[in-house]
Amino acid sequence: MAATDGKRETIIEARGVEVGFGDRLVLKGADLDVYRGEILGFVGGSGAGKSVLMRTIIGLIAKRAGTIKVFGQDLDQLGDDERRAIERRWGVLFQQGALFSSLTVMENLQFTVRENLRLPQRLMDELAVAKLEMVGLDASVCNKYPSELSGGMTKRVALARALALDPEIVFLDEPTSGLDPIGAGDFDTLIATLQRVLGLTVYMVTHDLDSLSTVCDRIAVLFDGKVIAAGTMETMLKSEQPWMKEYFRGKRARAAIGARESALSGNS
Amino acid sequence: MKGDPFLQESLQGDRLAVTGGGAWTAAHARALDFQIAGLTRRYPGVTSVSIDMGRVEKLDTFGAWLLEKLVREAEAIGAKAEVTGLKEDYSALIDEMHQVDLEPLRKRRGAGSFVHALSSVGENVASVGGSLLAIVNMFGALVTAILRVLTRPQTFRMTSLVHQLDMVAWRAVPIILLITFLIGCIIAQQGLFHFRKFGADVYVVDMVGILVLRELGVLIVCIMVAGRSGSAYTAELGSMKMREEIDALKTMGFDPTEVLILPRILALIIGVPILTFIGSMAALYGGGLVCWLYGGIAPDIFLSRLKESIALNTFQVGMIKAPFMALVIGVVSCVEGLAVKGSAESLGRQTTASVVESIFLVIVMDGLFAIFFASIGM
Repeated sequence: MAATDGKRETIIEARGVEVGFGDRLVLKGADLDVYRGEILGFVGGSGAGKSVLMRTIIGLIAKRAGTIKVFGQDLDQLGDDERRAIERRWGVLFQQGALFSSLTVMENLQFTVRENLRLPQRLMDELAVAKLEMVGLDASVCNKYPSELSGGMTKRVALARALALDPEIVFLDEPTSGLDPIGAGDFDTLIATLQRVLGLTVYMVTHDLDSLSTVCDRIAVLFDGKVIAAGTMETMLKSEQPWMKEYFRGKRARAAIGARESALSGNS
Repeated sequence: MKGDPFLQESLQGDRLAVTGGGAWTAAHARALDFQIAGLTRRYPGVTSVSIDMGRVEKLDTFGAWLLEKLVREAEAIGAKAEVTGLKEDYSALIDEMHQVDLEPLRKRRGAGSFVHALSSVGENVASVGGSLLAIVNMFGALVTAILRVLTRPQTFRMTSLVHQLDMVAWRAVPIILLITFLIGCIIAQQGLFHFRKFGADVYVVDMVGILVLRELGVLIVCIMVAGRSGSAYTAELGSMKMREEIDALKTMGFDPTEVLILPRILALIIGVPILTFIGSMAALYGGGLVCWLYGGIAPDIFLSRLKESIALNTFQVGMIKAPFMALVIGVVSCVEGLAVKGSAESLGRQTTASVVESIFLVIVMDGLFAIFFASIGM
C-alpha cells in the first residue's frame, strides 16, 4: 500500500511537543511522524510518557510548546467545528476499554453513529453486528453490559467502538495489556487484518515485544522525554543506545524476537 | 472525492443490471440505504442481478455492508447476484461483510414486549425477596462478627470506629443543629398561629415538647443520617467491591464484616443517639425562641410549662428508638454497598436504593414503635 512507495504521506506530525505536570516536564520536545497506512508501535519505559504523547495528540492533555498536525492541519489553528470533524476521523481504544457502563454493547457501538449520522435503527443494528464480527465477536454479546464481558471481549468491543465511524487513524493504548499470550496474539492478528482490510493507520502504544515484532511496520522509542529513534525492528536491534539495547536485546526481548527470527528463517 | 453516491438499475430481459458509483461512505449511508431497500423486490421476475461497482470512488464498512445487503436481497428473491468492477483493495472488506451473520439479531427481536414486561415484574418481585434475605444475612454476619470480636477483643478495629464516629457523628453536628433548630422554630410558629385562634397559645409548649422529644428529633436525625452517612457507606463499600478490595481482604484472611462493616454500624449506633439528643435540644431551643419572640411566652414560663407537660418517658421514647434506627440504616446501607456490581451505574442505583430503603424502614419502624409504646403505656 502507500507505505511501500518512496514518498509517504505524513498523517500525524508532532514537532517539539513539550508536556509537563507541575514542575515535572514529561515530554521535552518530542518529534514524531506517522505515515498513512502503517502500524506504528510506540515504546518507552513505564512512566516515560508514552500515553502522554498519545493523549496530547488526541487533545486530552494540553501541551506547553510545539505543534501537532493531523491530516496536515495544525490542531491549534482549528475552530471547534473543524476540530470535531477531525475527531470523527480517528478512533481511540483506551487501555481499560472505557466502554460506557450504563449502555449495552450494541448501544456503545451505535453511540457515535447515532450522534453523527442519521441512519435508520435497523441499519445501525446490522452495522453494529458487522463491526462485532469484524473484531471476532458475534451478535450474542449485543445485549450484554460492559461489566458482563471478559477482559479480551471488552478490548474487542472497545476496538469495534473505535472503528464505529470508519476512522482513518486508530490510536491504541496498550491494546494487549491484561490479555493472555494467546489472546494477545489473536488481538495482534486482528489489528493487522483490520489495518489491511480498512486501510487504517494505527498508532499503538505498547509494551508487548511480540506485538512490536509481529505487527508493527515501524517502531518509535520515547526516552527521557524525546523520541530518540524511529524505524523498523532491524534498526532498533542495531541501536547501541543503552536503554534500547536493554529493551530490544535484553533477556525477555531475545525470547520474543528470537522466536520470530527463527520462525522467519524456517519459513524461507 | 466528495462525489455523491448513485445507484441506477436497468432491466434487460430477466437480468437486472445495477450500476453504483460515487462515494459509498458513512456520510452517504442514509441515502444509499433508502435506494437499496426493496430495490430487487420491485423486479420479482429477474433471475440474475449484476452489480457494476466500477465507478465507486470510495468504499468503507458502511458502503460495503450496503453492497452486501443488496446482494443478499437479490439472493432472497432467488436471483443470482454478481458484483463486478470493484477495486482490488476493497475485496478483503467485502469478504469480511459477506461473513456477517444476522440470525442472532433476528432471534433477539423475536421476544415480545409482553413477555419482557412479565419477566421484568417477576425479576422485581424476586429482587425484593433477595434484598430482604440479604438484610437478614447481614444481621447474621454481624452477630457472628460481634461474637468473634468478644472472644478476641484485641482484633476490634478501634481506629476505624473512631474514624467513622468522627465522620458520621462529629462532622454531622452542625447540619443537624441547624436543621432541627429550624424545625423547632417552624413547629412553634405554626402552632402559635393556629392555637391563638382558640386562645390556647400556651399549649404550643406541650406540642413542641412532646412532638420533638418523642418523634421529630429522632426522625429528622435518622433521615439526615440516612442521606448523609448511609449513602456514603454504600458508595464506599460499593466502590471497594468494584475494585476487588473486598475480595483482596477475604483472601488475606480477614472477614469484611468484621473489618469494614462492624465499625461502621457501631459508629452509627453510638452516633445517632448522641445526634438525636443534640437535635432534640436544638429543636426545643428553636421552639422556645419563637414562643418568646413571636408568641410572647417568656422563657421562664416556657420552661415551667415544659416541665409540666413532659415526663422522663417522653424523652426516653425518643432515645430508645435511636439506636435501633441506626442499626437499620447501617445494615441497609452496607447490604446495598455489597450488592454493587461492576458498573458505575450500578453504584449509583444501589446508593439511591440504600437511601430510599433506609428512610422507608426508619418510618415503618417508627410506626411499629408507636404501637409498642402505646401498648406498654409509655
